[in-house]
Amino acid sequence: MATMVTSTRTVTAKTTGSGPKRPGPNGNGRNGHSHFEPDANANRYRVGMWVALASISMLFTALSSAYIVRAGSSNDWVSIAMPKVLLLSTALILVSSVTLEVSRRNLKSAAFSGYGRWLLITMFLGLGFLASQLLAWKQLARQGVYLVSNPHSSFFYLLTAVHAVHLICGLLALIFLWVRSRFKKELKVTPRGQAVADAVTIYWHFMDALWIYLFLLLFLWR
Amino acid sequence: MGRVLAVIIWILTALSVLLFVSKKWWFPASISEHGPALDRQFMITLVIVGISFTAAQVGLGWVVWKYRDTGKPGDRGLYTHGSNKLEMVWTVITAVVFITLGVMGQSVWASLRLNDVPPGSYSVEVVAQQFQWNFHYPGKDGVFGRTDPKLIDDGALNFIGLDASDPNAKDDSVTAALAVPVNRPVELRLRSKDVIHNFWVPPLRFKQDLVPGMEIKVHFTPTKVGRYELACAELCGQLHFKMKSYMLVLPDDELNALKVLSQEQFQARMGELIAKYPVISN
Amino acid sequence: MSGETHEGVHRHPAPTGFIRKYIFSLDHKVIGIQYIILALAAVLVGMTMSLLMRLKLSWPDHGWSLLGALFPGGAPNGVMNPEFYLSLVTMHGTIMVFFVLTTAPQGGFGNYFLPIQIGAEDMAFPLLNMMSFWVTLVGFVVILAAIFFSGAESTVGPIGGWTGYAPLSALGAIAGPGQGMGMNLWIISIAIFCVGSLLGALNFITTLLNMRTKGMSLMRMPLTCWAWFTTAVLALLSFPVLLGGGILLLLDRVAGTSFFIPGGLYVSGVLSGSTANFPLHTGGSPILWQHLFWFFGHPEVYIAILPGMGATSHILATFARKPVFGYRAMVFAIFAIGLLGFFVWGHHMFISGMSPYSAIAFSVLTLSIGVPSAVKTFNWLGTLWGGRIRFTCAMLFALGFVSLFVAGGISGLILGQSSLDLAMHDTYIVPAHFHLVMGVASIFGMFAALYFWFPKMFGRYMNETIGKFHFWVTFIGVYCIFVPMHVMGLVGMPRRYSQFTEYEFLHGLHPLVLFVSISAIITITVQLVFYFNVIWSIFKGAKAPDNAWDATTLEWNTASPPPHDNFAGILPTVYHGPYEFAVPGAPNDFVMQTDAAVEVPSGNGHNGHKH
Repeated sequence: MATMVTSTRTVTAKTTGSGPKRPGPNGNGRNGHSHFEPDANANRYRVGMWVALASISMLFTALSSAYIVRAGSSNDWVSIAMPKVLLLSTALILVSSVTLEVSRRNLKSAAFSGYGRWLLITMFLGLGFLASQLLAWKQLARQGVYLVSNPHSSFFYLLTAVHAVHLICGLLALIFLWVRSRFKKELKVTPRGQAVADAVTIYWHFMDALWIYLFLLLFLWR
Repeated sequence: MGRVLAVIIWILTALSVLLFVSKKWWFPASISEHGPALDRQFMITLVIVGISFTAAQVGLGWVVWKYRDTGKPGDRGLYTHGSNKLEMVWTVITAVVFITLGVMGQSVWASLRLNDVPPGSYSVEVVAQQFQWNFHYPGKDGVFGRTDPKLIDDGALNFIGLDASDPNAKDDSVTAALAVPVNRPVELRLRSKDVIHNFWVPPLRFKQDLVPGMEIKVHFTPTKVGRYELACAELCGQLHFKMKSYMLVLPDDELNALKVLSQEQFQARMGELIAKYPVISN
Repeated sequence: MSGETHEGVHRHPAPTGFIRKYIFSLDHKVIGIQYIILALAAVLVGMTMSLLMRLKLSWPDHGWSLLGALFPGGAPNGVMNPEFYLSLVTMHGTIMVFFVLTTAPQGGFGNYFLPIQIGAEDMAFPLLNMMSFWVTLVGFVVILAAIFFSGAESTVGPIGGWTGYAPLSALGAIAGPGQGMGMNLWIISIAIFCVGSLLGALNFITTLLNMRTKGMSLMRMPLTCWAWFTTAVLALLSFPVLLGGGILLLLDRVAGTSFFIPGGLYVSGVLSGSTANFPLHTGGSPILWQHLFWFFGHPEVYIAILPGMGATSHILATFARKPVFGYRAMVFAIFAIGLLGFFVWGHHMFISGMSPYSAIAFSVLTLSIGVPSAVKTFNWLGTLWGGRIRFTCAMLFALGFVSLFVAGGISGLILGQSSLDLAMHDTYIVPAHFHLVMGVASIFGMFAALYFWFPKMFGRYMNETIGKFHFWVTFIGVYCIFVPMHVMGLVGMPRRYSQFTEYEFLHGLHPLVLFVSISAIITITVQLVFYFNVIWSIFKGAKAPDNAWDATTLEWNTASPPPHDNFAGILPTVYHGPYEFAVPGAPNDFVMQTDAAVEVPSGNGHNGHKH
């Protein structure tokens, strides 16, 4: 059984020697609410997402450094020409970030129909992005450029594939949010609901920025 | 229990130190120019390691002996959260010792790896494969004949893909053992046909990976005539434990005589030399 | 006097039904035990493999009839093939490092006790927590599958060491036995393990940052929590790199890419690109694999040891009845070890063919990582000094940790110097070093943790007599096994040799080889006694009170085992630091973190200050 969880408000100043300021009556701990309450510690979704992004960044850092090292390790590097449809990819994903941000702000101001609508638009833009990636692959294949054709093409297929896998996870999250928004009984912005939407939005923006980075790495870095 | 623990810790410490101090199993005598400097650095390190190890274990034994709970009622430990001053002192001392050791530990490395191969070195090309060593000697003209992976044919005993049509290759020899001069810098050009291997001759105090796709040039100077075992020191497959050869360190006259021999004569002579010099293993 | 009680509101009641309670459980305590069980199973497999390895090394031509019956391909007439031995080496290393040392200390004890020690009701993401265990378990099943898919190759898995250097690991079956399907499964298993680990790390970090109870400031957390936190950060940032490398390696193997495979290879009589068996490769870099692997691999070894360090600090203070000496310095040392751990990976690659200049940088950084490790050792001794030491089994193993960590760590001063590594690389001094720190000190940390927290998890003590026997034999045994390996390395004995019969310079070492093997056989056998103790004590152990050891941290404030929400609806409030033992004037020689009535001299666990 837990002992002594009630507090006396102040602790008398009985110090021997110097020391730091006494902690206040609530101590310096952050919380104290049961997190089995749905809205308690809602910030963990945001914090958790940033932590996850650090990890995903490391994966792409590893692949990027492999890319750079491989480019310098031998003289068989042949740059592939950029499939033009990738410009469409870039446009689509940039716009999708905007639409998702609009959606998120709608949720914040409890405009639920707008929230759902802009979510749906983002989802379609995301699907469009994936379709344009497939088209780029097809364009290359038609030119006879495959995964093993040369190191640059290997990395192109690999990096776009790994990005796409992560994007699909983001898409699934959007679908989840949209379905939930459609079938929730009472339309209320809870701290937890907002935090989850924020977290998914952060993820999506990261996927966007990651795409820009990969695009520059693959076609601008020499 | 505390006393028993202290004693056992001290006995284990003493036995461990004894194992080293007795030198019953120890480095073989060094046969390279950089060997003595390496051994010196090793001994300095070993002394520091030995002192630190012993001091820590003795200290650990002492505190568990002295501060064991004797069951006296009301007897409490010392209430202290530590001492910032002590932390500073022992951190600084440790940092100075370790980093000095670290800096000292670069000098032999730098002398071997940061300098180019000295001019006038005796060069041998080493091509490793699963599970044998191939040593390519440039012959009388001192120029290595051209090699090409496309020409490799293990079945026809052209292990390194020597291009017979290259005039420089005519006087080259390829054998399974390494012959080098004494007291002269030796350059090895290390290559591999398949996977990573490692050139390791313990008395030489020297090893280097052979990496496929790279030609790695290293140099050292052997200082003692004799035959020494050469072992592969990077896992290369199931017969890694048997990828064995010899390094023959020869006096100048014998080495010079080798240079002018043809492939068949070279190989036969190597066999004779191997029989002549017993293995020096410690 | 305003009381500040915290009523927890349960969103859901505790689970019912066997499956929800014990199999697919969201409860961090159950998941922690699942990880521990996984580790206990994996370590049995790993130990059996090492036993077989010692048999081969000591009596290379002896036929072991049981072995011959089980593995007629790999051990015809009971005599192990070299490839069989090397696959044991590979699987032993992989299973031990991943499924023992990266599960129990963090996923096992960390999962169980981090939330409780910070006053939370569960991890931040219970569903993710459950997934991280099951993903890890799938990874274990896949690596075990590698044993069964290798029968045709007469091995028990792939050959490559746990390090799997390319191009040997990248070329496929053409490079010899142990390079076929088993290697693919090895890569896939590790990739799955990476994902499981990352999910876990995410949870640990978020939980620690976000879910601490009132009064639990960062500097009032037990050192176990600091260790788990830092370990999680290391895992978060290093496992993705291994995952990346693994993807590239798998592509080289099955898709014909050339990330790690250079051109112009001639393998087993076949030229690259000349047959369908051996597609054309060009321009890949074998050293690239090493960089990617070791960028992960070095933080990984700190992942293996840091939780043990945290547990040791915690247990030493508890049974010396004294605060941890230099709490703040200990926290900084944990950070320093974690941070520096990311910058030293090149010390595994001094003679790999990488730039000799970078070798110098890596070498000096490596020696400096010895400094925080030494600081921790001094502080452990400082914690014991002036104490009133009680020699419970948990304490014995914690003391053993200190002794073994020093013994193992100290050889790092030799191996970290590039000049000395010229001679010592890939000799037996390397396994001597890493077994003592990882394979022994780290395991002692886990033993200490289990003996310590067993009464909290099961409400009963482990049997102390059996435990002491376990300690003595194991402690002496591991010294006997691993200290001789140092001198084997000095002589020049290479690693990963299936037998030492071919070289004259190794013949004199045979008595030592035998001594090590016999010590290993005894030590491994005695571990069965430990397993017996665990199982017996769960049912028949002496009943333990809630605060089994008169300890101070939050887990000792709640029932044994704790209820589903850890604190029976009333979250604790923290008033003191975690190691307030021997407080002058206090009624007991320990003051619990939640004990509001007792005052401690200033600091409340904030830093070390002069007395």
